[in-house]
Amino acid sequence: MTVSDPKHDVPEGAREKDQITTDPSNPSERMRAGSMTLTLAPWVIATVVLIFLPMFFTNNSTLTIMNQMSITIVFALAYNMLLGQGGMLSFGHAVYAGVGGFACMHIMNMSDFFETIPLVILPVFGGLFGMGLAMIVGSFSTRSAGTVFAMISLGVGELIAACSVIIVAFFGGEEGISGDRTYAQPFFGVEFLQQIEVYYLTIAWLVISAALMYLWSRTPVGRMANAVRDNPERAQFLGYSARWVRYYSFIASGFFCGIAGGLFAINYEILTEENLNTASSGVILLVTFLGGVGFFFGPIIGAIAFTLLQTVLSLSTELWAFYAGTLFVATVMFFPGGLAGLIMMHVPAFKLGKASGLVMPYIKTLLPGAIGLLGLAALVEMTFHFRHAATGDVEMTLFWTTFNSHEVLPWIIAGAVTVIGLGIAKVTAPSLKEAWNEANTAGGAS
Amino acid sequence: MSTPALELTGLKKSFGKAEIIRGIDLSIGKAERHAIIGPNGAGKSTLFNLITARFAPTAGTVKLHGENLAGLEPFQINRKGLSRSFQITNIFPAMTVFENVRCALLWAQGYKYSFWHLVNSKRDLTEGAEAILDQINLLERRNLPAGTLSYAEQRALEIGITIAGGADVIMLDEPTAGMSNTETDYITDLILKVTAGKTLIMVEHDMGVVFGLADRISVLVYGEIIATGAPADVRADARVQEAYLGAALEAEH
Repeated sequence: MTVSDPKHDVPEGAREKDQITTDPSNPSERMRAGSMTLTLAPWVIATVVLIFLPMFFTNNSTLTIMNQMSITIVFALAYNMLLGQGGMLSFGHAVYAGVGGFACMHIMNMSDFFETIPLVILPVFGGLFGMGLAMIVGSFSTRSAGTVFAMISLGVGELIAACSVIIVAFFGGEEGISGDRTYAQPFFGVEFLQQIEVYYLTIAWLVISAALMYLWSRTPVGRMANAVRDNPERAQFLGYSARWVRYYSFIASGFFCGIAGGLFAINYEILTEENLNTASSGVILLVTFLGGVGFFFGPIIGAIAFTLLQTVLSLSTELWAFYAGTLFVATVMFFPGGLAGLIMMHVPAFKLGKASGLVMPYIKTLLPGAIGLLGLAALVEMTFHFRHAATGDVEMTLFWTTFNSHEVLPWIIAGAVTVIGLGIAKVTAPSLKEAWNEANTAGGAS
Repeated sequence: MSTPALELTGLKKSFGKAEIIRGIDLSIGKAERHAIIGPNGAGKSTLFNLITARFAPTAGTVKLHGENLAGLEPFQINRKGLSRSFQITNIFPAMTVFENVRCALLWAQGYKYSFWHLVNSKRDLTEGAEAILDQINLLERRNLPAGTLSYAEQRALEIGITIAGGADVIMLDEPTAGMSNTETDYITDLILKVTAGKTLIMVEHDMGVVFGLADRISVLVYGEIIATGAPADVRADARVQEAYLGAALEAEH
């Protein structure tokens, strides 16, 4: 071979590194959705964990959180079929889940029909309605990607959300539509009266949907979705219409969004305007991006993390949305690969067998950093309490400690913790960086 | 006489008042290797873009195997057996080399918009893509992201993508631009190898490549073809010498 060949005689380890390094700051690598080779093992493990999870978390509120998580995972994965795999940024995706959910609620209320079908197949109807809407909207919105697509998705999303108070017959106006899932035909004697039964229905759909969406990314049309995302013009000159590829992705995404909507209907037995509006669309974008759009499993991590923030953190602070927003901004700025990207960053170090060298530097930097951030959060909470608590209410409880937010001492302590924690993190950061470089370099003293 | 592979009649293109292509008539036979040369700004790339429907012509027709291509989209033209490369490397940089070629095979092998086949389990796709990689000597680079290849390797990959679909009319836009001499020789051999028996239309600046490869040459100057013919005839043509070639040949010797 006459071509100059710089990588030819590089040692084997380094070449492998070339293949798997993911630099989250590099957009082309960050967007490498679906190119991960996942074997069957993670699927089996995840399914087994899901099946046995209720044995450890028995109370109903935990089950509710886990159901919420599963629904968000399906929705976020469906959303990432567009954002991560197809390169289409949709600002109005809640409507596909919402319309699917509303359709399911109406089916629940059609008692003659509803009592002839088992509840477990209800999400399929949600999927079909979500898909139907996606077929209509996609027919004109997928003509181009980029800003035009984003603006149309936003406009259509707003339009349908606005319809919720206009077309009262379908959307039920401000009260929304409610129903009763237990009127369905019993499924092998199960009437879905209990939360645990709904949990198993939900995770069954979660596993099926996730598997189907993963398989979709391995089909010709799924691969071409990546191709069109990266280079629509080249795809056109390979015989594929970029528009049709986008359209098919959009329809598939609409179907799985509708499934998520159907699961929502089964879980909550009520749908309102809130399921359609821009805020919900924004949340799913946030969830997906937080998890990482570049990897198939990114949205799963994002949905788990976000649901925990939303449910657990909101129990302890009114300001949870502020922290979620801060986390989102930090993700966009510092880890555009999301949580999944953060995890995958460590794969090269593991492959080189040097990951253990990172443990101590991580503890030295991240532990004080985390304590410093908690101190900062304490300052935020105290400021909030100082400004917004009812007059005369000066007592607040933070980190299991009750104190007077109008005294100076707690402020000094929180301030000191913040400064010292972040200070130590700043001082130790260079040695972490050094350890990081060392762990990602092949050969040398280890 | 058999139908020409590609036939241009009265082809014109204006951008606003500027007439870039000013009436081109050209007929390229089957299995002919045709080079289009001309000074910078003569409209060579524009002509390519007109043929492949990247731009719509202002007037005139393009016929592929006797079939008028007017109104067709690039992907439809591609399906009729015309494939092209680009002046600026145009591949899928984030995908692996193998996947680049496999994407180029999907339509040609009849998978279309299928969502009921899994690409990894299709032996015809894997073997087909590997055969192409073997032809363009990139088998060893199979699993690297295409964006990490050297420039010459990326150009070779683009040629591989262009021919993978089995098109019988191949258009290459300056395949050796920006290459060293050894790289140019390598790509020239590669082009000869992979386009054997196919119709080849190429824009090229390197006169060595042009005279080594082409059966016929067209000289494009200011949007018009001033001469078409065998390399020796074109070289001897007085108008060509005056307009362009003389200077270029002198520069080379």
